[in-house]
Amino acid sequence: MTGKIKAAIIGPGNIGTDLLMKALRSELIEPVWMVGVDPDSPGLSRAAEMGLKVTSDGVDGMLATMKADGVQICFDATSAYVHAENSRKVNEQGALMIDLTPAAIGPYCVPPVNLKDALAAGSNNVNMVTCGGQATIPMVAAVSRVQSVSYGEIVATVSSKSVGPGTRKNIDEFTRTTAGAVEMVGGARKGKAIIVINPAEPPLIMRDTIHCLTDDEPDQDAIRKSVDEMVAEVQKYVPGYRLKNGPVFDGNRVSMFMEVEGLGDFLPKYAGNLDIMTAAGLRTAEMFAEEMLAGRFSLSTTASV
Amino acid sequence: MDLRGKKVVLHDMCLRDGMHAKQHQISLDEMKSIAKGLDEAGMPLIEVTHGDGLGGSSVNYGFPAHSDEEYLKAVVGVVKNAKISALLLPGIGTVDHLKMAADLGVTTIRVATHCTEADVSEQHIGMAAQMGLDTVGFLMMTHMIEAEQIVEQAKLMESYGANCIYCTDSAGYLLPDQVKERIALLRRELKPETELGFHAHHNLSLGVMNSLVAVEAGANRIDGSVAGLGAGAGNTPLEVLVAVMERMEVNHGIDLYKIMDVAEDLVTPIMDSPIRIDRDSLTLGYAGVYSSFLLFAKRAAAKYGLSSRDILVELGRRRTVGGQEDMIEDLALDMAKARGLI
Repeated sequence: MTGKIKAAIIGPGNIGTDLLMKALRSELIEPVWMVGVDPDSPGLSRAAEMGLKVTSDGVDGMLATMKADGVQICFDATSAYVHAENSRKVNEQGALMIDLTPAAIGPYCVPPVNLKDALAAGSNNVNMVTCGGQATIPMVAAVSRVQSVSYGEIVATVSSKSVGPGTRKNIDEFTRTTAGAVEMVGGARKGKAIIVINPAEPPLIMRDTIHCLTDDEPDQDAIRKSVDEMVAEVQKYVPGYRLKNGPVFDGNRVSMFMEVEGLGDFLPKYAGNLDIMTAAGLRTAEMFAEEMLAGRFSLSTTASV
Repeated sequence: MDLRGKKVVLHDMCLRDGMHAKQHQISLDEMKSIAKGLDEAGMPLIEVTHGDGLGGSSVNYGFPAHSDEEYLKAVVGVVKNAKISALLLPGIGTVDHLKMAADLGVTTIRVATHCTEADVSEQHIGMAAQMGLDTVGFLMMTHMIEAEQIVEQAKLMESYGANCIYCTDSAGYLLPDQVKERIALLRRELKPETELGFHAHHNLSLGVMNSLVAVEAGANRIDGSVAGLGAGAGNTPLEVLVAVMERMEVNHGIDLYKIMDVAEDLVTPIMDSPIRIDRDSLTLGYAGVYSSFLLFAKRAAAKYGLSSRDILVELGRRRTVGGQEDMIEDLALDMAKARGLI
């Protein structure tokens, strides 16, 4: 396999810039466009300095040339409000959309759990759920692939500094989307998600607790093995993903206590919640890129939205 | 202190904060009889929800004996004059829960955030205000920040549509002067028509005193709980507060003997253990720890062979906030490992 798949990042904020820094190291993805809406955005100037084409006219500023520039994958790191429109436009230009917003118009994707399904389905838009979802759903799935889980609950605790205004304005979207994906991707019959924001200084590293209630008595050895394997899978793209304690078994309850430290590319290390989103987004893009480079994946140009 | 003639609206917590002390297992009959008793004693506001608010039902906080819907339906049906309120913590409950509660007849919604995170309450406060509900912004753990910062956060909630702001001493840590400073500054800085409330925990035995100080400094709504039934060493015991207010000629609107009877005959008998300032609840107040951590710390200590006081002090040192109950078992595991117990 030769070459890289060219990509555009929409949204030059913290997430977009962190994603750019990770993508610049990728062996499969070559970021070529950074799209913003504010000509004075520091994120756009940084991207331009790094040699990317930039526009402050939103997605429209890139559309005319994106096909000629070879863009096959776009990342949307803007907001749920504008995502559907962005997605429609880039899909029309034959590019796959990886959605880092909570819009969730495409299928949920948690790379170590269901990325292969997303690939097989040939979706032209995949959604990265939420930071809490990326950090916890692999663990729910690690239990549910051993035995049936009647209820999966996740508690994500994040530092105040790592929670942006978009999440704050619509925190219900976090709880709803995450709970839905705990069911759909994690494999729990019922899902519940809780987010706690802590303002302590220095900022705390993202921590996550996952509780699963199993139908039958937990098969402790099988669950321990499955959990360890899943942690190793996530560590491939988020090295700071750690099982701190557990699995703790208490009757039919299985609990795991995680810590997620980021790589500290553009975002600080404590913001593991943001890092795991950009890392999962890139991981997803790379898996699609592999398929594209091998000629096994072609995107339908009809928009699905 | 001269509080003569001041009008105070009391708000009972025993069917919400009391749920913590009861591990969320209050029966529907108990809820109904206590609510009826409170109503007959003249209690204007009664809060009914899972201890951690609407949607609090979880492994993390405890599964209740009945759903919020069941409790609210039961209680709304038995009170004649009292209004029923519900608590909502964004990040746990959603606007869907809020709408459900309003549909069932709840007329006061209290949206609670950690004292520095008021901006997560915009959609919930906005929705409650838009629905014409009595909308309260409830700032928790206010001992952790200065009065000026509380004012900033309170103004955010006010701007989203809250008609009342609470300064909440979730850890029962505040000293009277600290209450005075916070409430007085809020009173000066918020709109004159915005009501002001104070919610105490009795961990340092200051619930009644701090409530009086809050009224003197400008608060007009005071939370408490009959017989103190609440998290930690409980909330301000309402029957005691009423007796004191009666002597101080505060306009509180409650029948003292009736509320004494509710405390003695209905609430005290349902307690799992006496609500008192034991070593652990005292530690909450001394170390500034969220009061509902109490029973979680006791259980984790028993399970892993640790001291609950050590766990609570460490939770305070780490500046944990309300809702971080999941941290307790995690921390206990760390401590047990460090001490070679597991």
